[in-house]
Amino acid sequence: MAIENPLIRCENVTVSASGKKLVEDVTFELGPGKFVALIGPNGAGKTSLFNTISGFYRPSQGHITFKGQDITRIPAPRRAKMGLGRSFQNIALFRGMTVLDNIKLGRHAHLKTNVFDALLYLGRARREEAELRRDVEERIIDFLEIDHIRHAPVSALSYGLQKRVEMARALAMQPEILMLDEPVAGMNREETEDMARFILDVRAEWGVTVLMVEHDMGMVMDLSDHVVVLNFGQVIARGTPAQVQADPEVARAYLGSGNVDELRERLRAAARPRAEAA
Amino acid sequence: MRIGTLKESYVADAALFDSRTQHVWLAIAAAALLLFPFMANDYWLYMACLVAINIASSAGLNILTGYTGLVSLGQAAFMGLGAYTVAILQLRWGTPLALNLLAAGVVAMLGGLIVGVPSLRVKGLYLAIVTIAATFIAHFLFANFDFTGGTSGLSMRPARVFGTDLDTSFRLYWLIVPVTVLMLLGAANLFRTRIGRAFIAIRDRDISAEVLGIALLKYKLLSFGLSSFYAGVAGGLFAYFFRVITPESFPLSMSIFFLAAIIVGGMGSTLGSILGAAFMTMVPELLKLVFDLLPGGADLTVFLAPVRLVIFGALIIVFLVFEPLGLAEMWRRTRRFFHLWPFKN
Amino acid sequence: MDMDWGYLFEVSLTSVMGGGLYALAGLAFVMVYKATRVVNLAIGEMLMAGSYLFFTFAAMWALPLWLAIPAAVLASGVLGAVIERTMIRPLLGEPPISAFMVTIGLGSVLVGLVEMIWSADQRRLPDFLPTQAITVGDAFLAPKIFWGAVIASVFITAVLLVFRYWRGGVALRATASDQAAAYAVGINVPRVFSLSWVVSAMLAAVSGIIVGSIGGISSSMGVFGLTVLVVVIVGGLDSVLGALVAGLLVGLVEGLAGAYLGGEYKLLATFIVLVFILMVRPYGLFGTREIERL
Repeated sequence: MAIENPLIRCENVTVSASGKKLVEDVTFELGPGKFVALIGPNGAGKTSLFNTISGFYRPSQGHITFKGQDITRIPAPRRAKMGLGRSFQNIALFRGMTVLDNIKLGRHAHLKTNVFDALLYLGRARREEAELRRDVEERIIDFLEIDHIRHAPVSALSYGLQKRVEMARALAMQPEILMLDEPVAGMNREETEDMARFILDVRAEWGVTVLMVEHDMGMVMDLSDHVVVLNFGQVIARGTPAQVQADPEVARAYLGSGNVDELRERLRAAARPRAEAA
Repeated sequence: MRIGTLKESYVADAALFDSRTQHVWLAIAAAALLLFPFMANDYWLYMACLVAINIASSAGLNILTGYTGLVSLGQAAFMGLGAYTVAILQLRWGTPLALNLLAAGVVAMLGGLIVGVPSLRVKGLYLAIVTIAATFIAHFLFANFDFTGGTSGLSMRPARVFGTDLDTSFRLYWLIVPVTVLMLLGAANLFRTRIGRAFIAIRDRDISAEVLGIALLKYKLLSFGLSSFYAGVAGGLFAYFFRVITPESFPLSMSIFFLAAIIVGGMGSTLGSILGAAFMTMVPELLKLVFDLLPGGADLTVFLAPVRLVIFGALIIVFLVFEPLGLAEMWRRTRRFFHLWPFKN
Repeated sequence: MDMDWGYLFEVSLTSVMGGGLYALAGLAFVMVYKATRVVNLAIGEMLMAGSYLFFTFAAMWALPLWLAIPAAVLASGVLGAVIERTMIRPLLGEPPISAFMVTIGLGSVLVGLVEMIWSADQRRLPDFLPTQAITVGDAFLAPKIFWGAVIASVFITAVLLVFRYWRGGVALRATASDQAAAYAVGINVPRVFSLSWVVSAMLAAVSGIIVGSIGGISSSMGVFGLTVLVVVIVGGLDSVLGALVAGLLVGLVEGLAGAYLGGEYKLLATFIVLVFILMVRPYGLFGTREIERL
């Protein structure tokens, strides 16, 4: 199961907070160009694992490597610069900024403007901002079809649009790994389908590796190459979507019983509307 | 071809003053600033200089509090550091004005970093408490050192520029107002770049900012350093303007004055710094006028200082509760109203 | 130079007792912070307000002490309720910095009002603490400080007991630990917020009255509040135990600095303690490190 040159590798990662183990002895790898979904019931530790990978939590045991480099002790801002871009489960847009500024903020770590450039706004700062603006407009805003709201304050947007702006900001980070934390949670069916299409397009166009936490099983089954199932902070199953569906452990975690057929039925029901739409 | 025009339009879109109307207003404002000294009497020139100094300092505090969401009650103390730096440089070494003002900013900024490093590591609000303490420490230092002139402070000669003594409000105006305008432009420019965006991100949601690539401590310190630098330069101007500085010149209530200025004017807005500082500088003057009109005005002067404290405090409270975006927002609303007038909305 | 151990003992004892007042005022601060997460920068000014109310009742209206003290404490409680209703509650849901800045404004208003009504001059409170000298071993203790510490500890104990066993106290602690859960079990959270401000203002008044009767009252008494803020940071903003321990500790450090270096070094010493704690234990001695969520 070991991948040749994994982009990211978590090795026996354990995370505890106030005496509770949020993530326990998790090992998994993510190969370049892959689409991996992390699933599991509420409180299974998916977001905690995300937070650990992006550097917000420190693991108490284990290592995380990114392109072969141990990043366990590297602080979050530097990981962002190395190529870990992400969105957040509870939308974390900056309410005091417009959509455009929120997206531009994602590029922060890659820009070079220093405080003197900024105060004068000549030369480098002006050039860099113009370049950034063009890139964001042409590669992200047009792509995600959010040009009509670029100057809107984010607080005025619908939930679905906010999620899309979050994704835009994550793309602006120029990530090698795009980490999406429940990109379609709370969306209606139409919005969910739009988002699924965007994610597929992003993958095709940018060649980015995706790690996604999602509850929408239809989405997980349709989009991902590989699924890792967490429960109570531990990996209980992994494999292709089909393998995971057939795993009695997974059925037990989700349904309380080991009935694989029932699980499959449920997942199929969840996936069907999209299949019909496509 | 199309890309070229697009790019130009993005640049235009990102300009500080985008619309034609704004350019017209800007021209009018510039003309007014240039003509003002030739039309105003001494009192109004004096007030204009004072307002400009206060705007410079408020603009600095607004970077910290309005945009970055951190509160400092040390703005007056950092102005004090700047003022003493200018005075000592002038009296001891007779160094030129530009250098002195720059040094004032740098010294205040270093003071800010000393205070900021321990307090900004944790929670933003610790900064407020530590800066109150720093105000008392600064007072203690100013009053107890020989080279700061002890409790009687320092008296300066007028600044000398190209053989002219800046000894009248008219002459000082040409120093103070341009410096303030430059500082305001700098502050506004900041928020067109990644630096300003990082500040706002810290204010709005500092934890996720970190995951998005913003080193929190670095940017908090940068914001505080900038705000102290602004205070230092403003303090330097203050020194050239009043030419007498004592440890009592920079009390805690002055820091509260600046906090009130940006709250009243509008946090997170350059226009807010201008409106707030102008308004707050005029409040005590208005008070004096009112007191003169009241019967027994002379006996009431003892009440001037406490009434001012009550009004400053009350303005902070009332604006935070009822108009948290301050005068700048009221101004925008009014403009919108007239823009669409006579239609509703 | 020979160390004068007797003197050291005397100074230390006096300082720790003086620290009892910091502990009481610190408790008043923590009460509000725990329940409402508001950092009350006006704690020193609220203390001052309490002492001036007492001054008005006892010295100006010549009420007997047994009436003047409770009246001042109750009036302060009303003040606390008014502050909470008019300035703090409207800011519920706003960023914490707003309520924080409101308390800065409040401090300014209170100082201004005191100077308008009673002038900025120092005043003496009527003596009500016993003046008979107290000796512990060879050490001589200023009677006012001794009795001040006694009263402070009585109040601290009473508050701790009340909040352990009384219904309102339990509600307050529940709200402090989890607001949403407190709502869910039917606790009237807004009322708990009011309660915390009322109790805090009353405790501040008690410490203000004691502090005032030891050293007189003036409009710059709010500076005492600065030390109280240092105390609560050192102890940990949300820790009652922290406020108590840090109160005594800061009292001790301040007293020693005052006795051996000179009065003007008191604040400097306090400040150094503050910076030291921030560097080595940023969340205070007993404060909980907040687990922040993304």
